[in-house]
Amino acid sequence: MAQELGELVEAAKAGDQRAFEELVLATQADTYTLAYRLTGNEEDAQDVMQEAYVRAYKGLKRYRGDAKFNTWMYRITANCALTHLKKRSRDRHELLENDAMLVDERAEHDPVASLGGADDRRMLHAALQSLSPEMRAVVVLRDIYDLPHEAIAAELGISEGAAKVRLHRARRKLRERLFPLRAESHGVEAARAV
Amino acid sequence: MQCDRVAEQLPQIVDGPERAAPQVLAHVESCLRCQAELVQYRRLLRALRHLRTDVLEPAPGTLAAILANIEHAGERGAMHSLLTGRRAAYLGGIAVATAAAGAAGAMVLANRGRRKMRLAG
Repeated sequence: MAQELGELVEAAKAGDQRAFEELVLATQADTYTLAYRLTGNEEDAQDVMQEAYVRAYKGLKRYRGDAKFNTWMYRITANCALTHLKKRSRDRHELLENDAMLVDERAEHDPVASLGGADDRRMLHAALQSLSPEMRAVVVLRDIYDLPHEAIAAELGISEGAAKVRLHRARRKLRERLFPLRAESHGVEAARAV
Repeated sequence: MQCDRVAEQLPQIVDGPERAAPQVLAHVESCLRCQAELVQYRRLLRALRHLRTDVLEPAPGTLAAILANIEHAGERGAMHSLLTGRRAAYLGGIAVATAAAGAAGAMVLANRGRRKMRLAG
């Protein structure tokens, strides 16, 4: 798969339009899923994905192949998502740090509800959406997509140290939301379960 | 060591105990409350990593929309290049014409100067 993508990238860089279409086809589900996780709703995810592929197309010649194409797309998508959310926030006169709920409540559009253990995953999705866009971006890119701190910091325009601090804050908020009061009442049981 | 101080470090420690100071680890080993919190962080990370395999399919027609957007952006880019090129050519033309006019004026003045010198001589 990675090799195929590499070949498609080279062909697309050489001007093969069909190869770029194949690249989009091969990566669009992954890109869309990330966009959805970062924005929290289908409409914004579609907009972000469109913008991400336009940017990828324009910047393809600058892609050196030192990261996987998927990873490169994740970085572009994260950047587009934050720009999109900031613009939307300005348009709606919202504050970015207000932890506003951006959850799409429709179950059929909930990515975490589509597998088994739907309740837990729905709670996790809701908890992710309760974070500010900046916090959410860091925890999604690091803990779900396993991007290095350095890459995350570069995309968000912050230092690596700041990215780590943001990640730890985001984890703490998620834990507090997902395990309210359990630490007090079920501490012993949880510790035994390790 | 206080639980509250250790709790601040648990979101980092969950990535690996080597990231924690020995006294913090010693506290966690002896404190059920902090152990329980650490377990919760581990469960959280497991659940988040599990989401990686949960992939959504975009709406039908997405590919066509993306390609149309790219084409549109390409046309805008081409139009921009064309306009930029024309503007450059226009400005270049003005510059060349100005330089030529200046040179011609200088030659006329120089010739006049020479004629006056001859007449005076």
